[in-house]
Amino acid sequence: MSINIKDVLKKYTMVFALIAVIIFFHAMTGGKMLLPQNVNNLISQNAYVFVLAAGMLLCILTGGNIDLACGSVVCFIGGIGAVIMDKNIGFVFAVIVMLVGGILVGAWQGYWIAYVKVPPFIATLAGMYAFRGLSNVVLQGYTVGIRNEAFLKIFGGGADCYIPDLFGSGSFNMTCLLLGIVLVVIYIVTTMKGRISARAKGYDIPPMYSVLIKMIIISVAVIWFFFKLANYKGIPTSLIWIGIVLLAYAYITTNTTMGRYLYAVGGNEKATTLSGIDSRKVYFFAYVNMGLMSGLAGILTVARATQAQPTFGQGYEMDAIAACFIGGASAYGGEGNIFGIVIGALLMGVINMGMSIMGVEANYQKVVKGIVVLVAIIFDVLSNKKKK
Amino acid sequence: MSDYILEMNHITKEFSGVKALDDVNLKVKKGEIHGLCGENGAGKSTLMNVLSGVYPYGTYSGDIVYKGETCKFKDLKESEAKGIVIIHQELALSPLLSVAENVFIGNEQTSMKGVIDWTATRKKAQEMLAKVGLEHEDVNVPVNSLGVGKQQLIEIAKAMAKKVDLLILDEPTAALNDEESKKLLDIMLELKNHGVTSIIISHKLNELEYVCDALTIIRDGHTIETLNKGVDEFTEDRVIKGMVGREMTNRYPVREGVELGKVIFEVNNWNVYHPDDGERQMIRNINISVRAGEVVGLAGLMGAGRTEFAMSLFGKSYGQKISGTVKINGQEVHLNSVKDAIDSKLAYVSEDRKTYGLVLIDDIKHNMTMAALRKFFSKKGVVNANDEIVSAEEYKKRINVKANSIEQTVGSLSGGNQQKVVLAKWMLTQPDVLILDEPTRGIDVGAKYEIYCVINDLAKAGKAVIVISSEMQEIIGTCDRVYVINEGEIAGELNKDEVSQEKIMQCIMAHNRKGGE
Repeated sequence: MSINIKDVLKKYTMVFALIAVIIFFHAMTGGKMLLPQNVNNLISQNAYVFVLAAGMLLCILTGGNIDLACGSVVCFIGGIGAVIMDKNIGFVFAVIVMLVGGILVGAWQGYWIAYVKVPPFIATLAGMYAFRGLSNVVLQGYTVGIRNEAFLKIFGGGADCYIPDLFGSGSFNMTCLLLGIVLVVIYIVTTMKGRISARAKGYDIPPMYSVLIKMIIISVAVIWFFFKLANYKGIPTSLIWIGIVLLAYAYITTNTTMGRYLYAVGGNEKATTLSGIDSRKVYFFAYVNMGLMSGLAGILTVARATQAQPTFGQGYEMDAIAACFIGGASAYGGEGNIFGIVIGALLMGVINMGMSIMGVEANYQKVVKGIVVLVAIIFDVLSNKKKK
Repeated sequence: MSDYILEMNHITKEFSGVKALDDVNLKVKKGEIHGLCGENGAGKSTLMNVLSGVYPYGTYSGDIVYKGETCKFKDLKESEAKGIVIIHQELALSPLLSVAENVFIGNEQTSMKGVIDWTATRKKAQEMLAKVGLEHEDVNVPVNSLGVGKQQLIEIAKAMAKKVDLLILDEPTAALNDEESKKLLDIMLELKNHGVTSIIISHKLNELEYVCDALTIIRDGHTIETLNKGVDEFTEDRVIKGMVGREMTNRYPVREGVELGKVIFEVNNWNVYHPDDGERQMIRNINISVRAGEVVGLAGLMGAGRTEFAMSLFGKSYGQKISGTVKINGQEVHLNSVKDAIDSKLAYVSEDRKTYGLVLIDDIKHNMTMAALRKFFSKKGVVNANDEIVSAEEYKKRINVKANSIEQTVGSLSGGNQQKVVLAKWMLTQPDVLILDEPTRGIDVGAKYEIYCVINDLAKAGKAVIVISSEMQEIIGTCDRVYVINEGEIAGELNKDEVSQEKIMQCIMAHNRKGGE
């Protein structure tokens, strides 16, 4: 097996685009883009995008189906949690209610979509209105503050919440860098182990040099990233949640039967049904799961803001959808992966941040974002056409 | 000069190296109804697509002389401009638009440019409908509120609106009952009196006998003969002889040393109704049984109900109000879902691999294990990727799927290799009974042979195999026993030593006559 440069370029187009955009803004902002604080902000500001995009990816996999309601659900769930905590009921209870609430909302929408065959666009459009309205009802139109310390600490409260440094003080956070190193070691060990066992079983394996190149690039990127974070205040708590969600969903999409069914239904629903797979359950799963992610995003959003407002979450659904499509999820379903949405979310985040630092007017920022999404989709459509 | 309105001379059309039409000649006299018959896949529809420009000039060789001039149609629009209109088997009506709108679709009655003149549309639609015997129909109702028979007539009215000189009907009566068919055929005769020339493709030889002035028989992409009413013998038997009379070559591997075991698959009193129309019975009292190691064919013409029968068995994937009993390995089973069917060791390989068999954008490995994933390749919902690779590699070798690796996308494979992937997918569910629906449709001769070998291997392994095929040769070549199915009923059962194409056709014709009375 040899490596074709063209294939690599095609497979990782968005990664190269991301690098190009980072370099562009780095130059345009006089190096401000990659200041440790900004790297940190990139993660914590966009936590909700990663979480919602993970949920959205599963919906999109089933056939390009989206959830327009998740922004409203984020606000609704966040509102419920804030109100509960405002009444001085324990935060554990509040968190459980918020997650279960998310699941119920997902089940509500999933039922109509999967079993009654309401088109997802319409079912979730209805949800978008309804849950926005309910958010207002829950919050009675006011802002509700959150003072529960434990809740704020765990979920990244006040936009200034980090994993404490185990090695005492100092401006450099050693714990953070160590975590990065540990992750890299785990990554290298598992890759090599997989490679050795694959060779033992006689499977085709890619050549060593390509694996090494990939490994070095990823390791350097991870260490660099954690080094940057260590130079600011360390690991933002939201990064832990993002990490858990992304790892869990990478596992679900690649290693479970349900993950496989999501791709199969999106690729050809009729063939999947005739293979003994109940496609209704697959749709239902995708939307229940989307509800759960909306719940988690709701928690992270109100924790970051230390309050809940009836206007929270507006446009979040679009950010999640955009991250998925930019990250290579097919608008027709059956294609896309977690790695892709990470790149998609980062690309959107970098563009947002870069333009803000440059002082581009907000309205023009939207125009640029729109163009980025369009270009990504055009790319998807054209590459699909060529395949045929 | 000549009294021929249409002459198609030496038409040859290839599809990626395979000759679908080979030096075909068709001559149609002005004002006649000309029948076109032949087995499925003989090339009838291809020929009509060449004529109407669906396959543009340049993609075939030979020439078309229409009304004395040589035609080089680039597309359907050009042939329509000359008055050639083709009505396909699948109706091309927009179901929610009104009758009047449908009659003039693509040919709108306009006052100014682009503005529809509704009065003219309705009035002229009425006139057109009168020509096809629907003068009392309301032109304002949506087309889907009418029955299939009337919709077929509306298709003809639509053709009339285009000032048709040569009307081509591809199996116009396939979906119609006898009464509706008779009406349609009478309309054709009526149109003939008004000077319209028609070409009709049909499997129902009694109908061709009824309306046609001449009949051209096509077999394996060759024109065999043209029979003229009043000159040649013009009977069903004569036509059947022309349709099937060819020699058998060694296209089927011999199956040796298979001991037939006990009956392991049995269906009794199977009845199924149309999924959208609870009054319309699609399958009527079918009883079949298959022994271990036996290959049983379901023969019949397209639309006979074989696929519907098979799919209704396979976890009720087709139809409603299904009744009857199924026994697998001597035990009665209730197959309410595809999952039940797979768990009861029944497998169904669909006739349409692209729509119902494969996820084309996914790879060979994932497609092969899709149906068996739950049972054999996962534990508590977690996929065992290693087992998956091992099995996929094994089957790739075993049934000779030609691909670079099991990671290759299925959509990039040839039809024959795609079919092998679908077969592997179902073999991996470890079934005892396999229903193979048109297992060799659209694949080349070499791949066909390999598929027949797989069928033999399955029989040797003691599986019960049911082969559904519209190619009678294939049924005869591969099966130990054949059920002939016609209009949702068993029209006959033939053993290996007595089965022949003539016998099968006779069963169908006899059954048709019985139904007609």
